[in-house]
Amino acid sequence: MQKTAYSRPLPVPDSESTPFWDGMREGKLMLQRCASSGEHLFPPVTFCPGSLEIPEWTETSGKGEIFSWIVVRHPVPRDLYADEVPYVVAIVALDEGCRMTGNLVDVAPEDVRAGMKVEIVYNHVTPEITLPAFRPTGS
Amino acid sequence: MFKLSDKYAIAGIGNTEYSKFSGRTVRSLATEACLKAIEDAGLTVADIDGIVSFNFNDSAPAMGVATEMGIENAGYAVDYAAGGNGANLITLAATAAIEAGLAKNVLCFRAMNGRSGFRLGGGRDMSAYGVTQYTAPLGWITYPQAMAMWARRHMIDYGTTEEHWAEIATTFRDNAVINERAMQRTPMTKDDYYNSRFIVDPFRMYDICLESDGACAVVITSAEQARDLKQKPVYIMGGAYGGGPSQGDDLFDAIRWPSHSHNCFKYLADDLWGSAGIGPKDVDVAEIYDCFTYSVLMALEGLGFCEEGEGGPFVMGGRIARTGELPLNTHGGLLSEAYIHGFNHVIEAVEQLRGTAGARQIDGAEIALTTAGAMTCGSAMILRN
Repeated sequence: MQKTAYSRPLPVPDSESTPFWDGMREGKLMLQRCASSGEHLFPPVTFCPGSLEIPEWTETSGKGEIFSWIVVRHPVPRDLYADEVPYVVAIVALDEGCRMTGNLVDVAPEDVRAGMKVEIVYNHVTPEITLPAFRPTGS
Repeated sequence: MFKLSDKYAIAGIGNTEYSKFSGRTVRSLATEACLKAIEDAGLTVADIDGIVSFNFNDSAPAMGVATEMGIENAGYAVDYAAGGNGANLITLAATAAIEAGLAKNVLCFRAMNGRSGFRLGGGRDMSAYGVTQYTAPLGWITYPQAMAMWARRHMIDYGTTEEHWAEIATTFRDNAVINERAMQRTPMTKDDYYNSRFIVDPFRMYDICLESDGACAVVITSAEQARDLKQKPVYIMGGAYGGGPSQGDDLFDAIRWPSHSHNCFKYLADDLWGSAGIGPKDVDVAEIYDCFTYSVLMALEGLGFCEEGEGGPFVMGGRIARTGELPLNTHGGLLSEAYIHGFNHVIEAVEQLRGTAGARQIDGAEIALTTAGAMTCGSAMILRN
């Protein structure tokens, strides 16, 4: 039986982001790193802010901790998210030092805490697109 | 730093009715507000040679409004692509244009059918381009969802609570109750606040501003000319625009921003106070950009009314009420008067400094602060009478 088509906004990969989305699809968190400063970068850029070098792509651990989060209870647009609420969007401070965004899964919204240890989960929503999500590591 | 202290003045103000459904074009709203501002100043359309606005593709072009009014020579007709940060940016830009000789009398306006027409942050795009590709697909789409992420971080860093936000929401509503222009004039108790439903934790409905149809306009001219016009001049004593490092592509793109517990005002405070030669203690009344309750705290902290993290305790105990030491948002703000993108704050500050604010009047108001913006980029003015 054919699955219902995915009906929520999808990313449009571009020249800066294609390695990130390719990595997601393959189950790898690929991030940019500035060779001179050593800083990891998210979202992707063409020039490293400050050094203005061309960043290199590198596979990262996918581990970090909750920096901030929201619990969406009122769906907007309603027709797209009425069946999804409540859901959690988080900013995660990755162990590599930069922050990134993702949904938070496998945890009740009221149990989320700042500093909670999380790891990446790959949310395969279409054959082309895998969205980043995070779940508590339990430690 | 802004170097035109007291050289330019707001000589006229105008606004339309604020409503949920204007039933009119945005351009006609803009024109009505502009014509009222011109008349208020004691000028005629023939005196106007500049017109400036800001928008998110949700307004009427300055040239179109100039055309509808029949301005003969709109030499400086400019639209800034700006959002919450724009209200004081365009007034400062008007002074710069006059100083440069590009115009003599400049209209500044903001007009929108923000409820019945283009609703900001509706998120209908199914294809997420640019930085939006990392946010919208997660269901992180609306402005309240963006700001709630910041608000949570302030709670984590400093122990800010909903009690502080309840104080802000109810204080501003108290002001709106006696403001005939305000869209929300029903009194709000703390219980009403706590009983309002969560939209996006940690924000309840009453932490979030209104959506409005309406327009506001002001006329800016030289201080010398303003003194010869109909109204008591309100001088632009100081101003600043901008923010800090890593302002990002849009309001969701604050991922590299140094701290979600402070916003742009931390970075423009020195220029703002320096340009006016005064400090926070000299302000008699402040109209703070309040797209959300929480954003008021970051403005107060960033501009030095209190230390970072102390905004919550600072607003308690009546300090920000009409009778307090720092009356805030005497019109009810974006939370309870209307959402005209912060331009209604400029109108209110002028009325306070003219002494024509009626029941809302703060006795002896001589210096007012207006701010616009809540995240990585903003603008502010110091006005005096």
